[in-house]
Amino acid sequence: MLNNITRRTFVALASSSIAIAATPSWALTQDEARKLVDSLVAKINSVIGSGKSEAAMIKEFQGIFRRYADVPIMAQYSLGVDGRRASASQKRAFGKAFEIYIANKYGKRFREFVGSKVEVKSSRKINAGYEVKTKASLRGSAPFEVTFLVSSKSGKDLFFNMFIEGVNLLLTERTEIGALLDRNGGNFDKMIADLKKAG
Amino acid sequence: MSLSSSIKLFTKNVVLLSCTIIVAGCAANSGGSSDAIYDPNEDRNRKVHAFNVSLDKKFVRPVATEYSSILPDVVEDSISNFASNLGQPSILVNSVLQGDLHGASLSATRFLTNSILGVGGLFNTAEKLRLKEHDTDFGETLYKWGADEGEYVELPLLGPATVRSTTGIIVDLFTNPLSYMVNSPERYYGTLASTSAGLSTRGRYTSTIDSILYESADSYAQARIIYLQNRRFKLGDKGTAFSADDPYSDPYEDPYAQ
Repeated sequence: MLNNITRRTFVALASSSIAIAATPSWALTQDEARKLVDSLVAKINSVIGSGKSEAAMIKEFQGIFRRYADVPIMAQYSLGVDGRRASASQKRAFGKAFEIYIANKYGKRFREFVGSKVEVKSSRKINAGYEVKTKASLRGSAPFEVTFLVSSKSGKDLFFNMFIEGVNLLLTERTEIGALLDRNGGNFDKMIADLKKAG
Repeated sequence: MSLSSSIKLFTKNVVLLSCTIIVAGCAANSGGSSDAIYDPNEDRNRKVHAFNVSLDKKFVRPVATEYSSILPDVVEDSISNFASNLGQPSILVNSVLQGDLHGASLSATRFLTNSILGVGGLFNTAEKLRLKEHDTDFGETLYKWGADEGEYVELPLLGPATVRSTTGIIVDLFTNPLSYMVNSPERYYGTLASTSAGLSTRGRYTSTIDSILYESADSYAQARIIYLQNRRFKLGDKGTAFSADDPYSDPYEDPYAQ
């Protein structure tokens, strides 16, 4: 009896301590989500303000994208249902090509923030983590909204989607990858080769 | 033209428009838009798209790039400010039609501030004073009145649109009271300024627009999905959502999900 209780208590204790130990790794708090976007925005602003050459800025923006975005989940989502047909090695090759493509493409997009100020406005809880809204104020035009969806489900606090004035990066890229696959008659290897040339 | 005859002409046109709107409303309603993308005339639209892309390549892009690089930023901004200020009265009329008196007061304040303190709209003084900006058009008025989005169309020169927004563009040629008050040739200044502002936008966002038109696998599909998402975002239209692709669903659960 005593033995029984002890064992039960032990199991309960052990599982709760596992839960406690596990908490920080995947339960992102609102503060942490905001902090991530704050630091991302600060990095973008500092590159914009650095006065470096355009080519150098694009390089830095690409680095920022790699550091703050969960690129593997973006790659998987962009493949969509077609991804189920791909072999493990095709998925790996696609993931690699996608990482270069996406960092090039969106790294360049950050360039348009030059001369602007980006600030975090609000945040709220969503299924996968948090949504953090920012406002970019640009010279000579109305400010626009840039939203980041942040999650820690990859094991790190990273953003996995981004909306610029309502335009969803993942949805837009799924359309693009789908079109690239169509153009290559549904052939993954040819699509990956094409993706390497793009961006 | 005297002020009273201008007002008469404006009123007459607004009445005339109300009739057009009812017809347009019906036209827009005939196209279902519960799907994320409703594009029954894709073949025709793709032809227009090919025309627009070649026009951009041969004319708009080179002119816009030149325009942006030759003019100093200050001059470019002034022209854009001037064009946007001339658009305020139309925003005011549409705000009233939507029953949005707050929006109407914002655009009235902006118009007066920039016209008087901003030297006829050349300077965006309202922005400096941190006055809130309001933007709307007749396409939004139709949305507020319950007209459906209608089918997707790509217009020559103007690019991506929907049947509802196209009706709005046509109607908005008439909703601006300024066009009834100003005698020619000054009335063309507005058109000229808007065209220049358009070039300015094309020039400033060269790399973004290029990446859609020239670097994507299917520039038609890219332009379409980007336009529809952005337009619905601006309208705050959650009814016509990309239901199959709920952006807030958790991709970590099943990344390959449709």
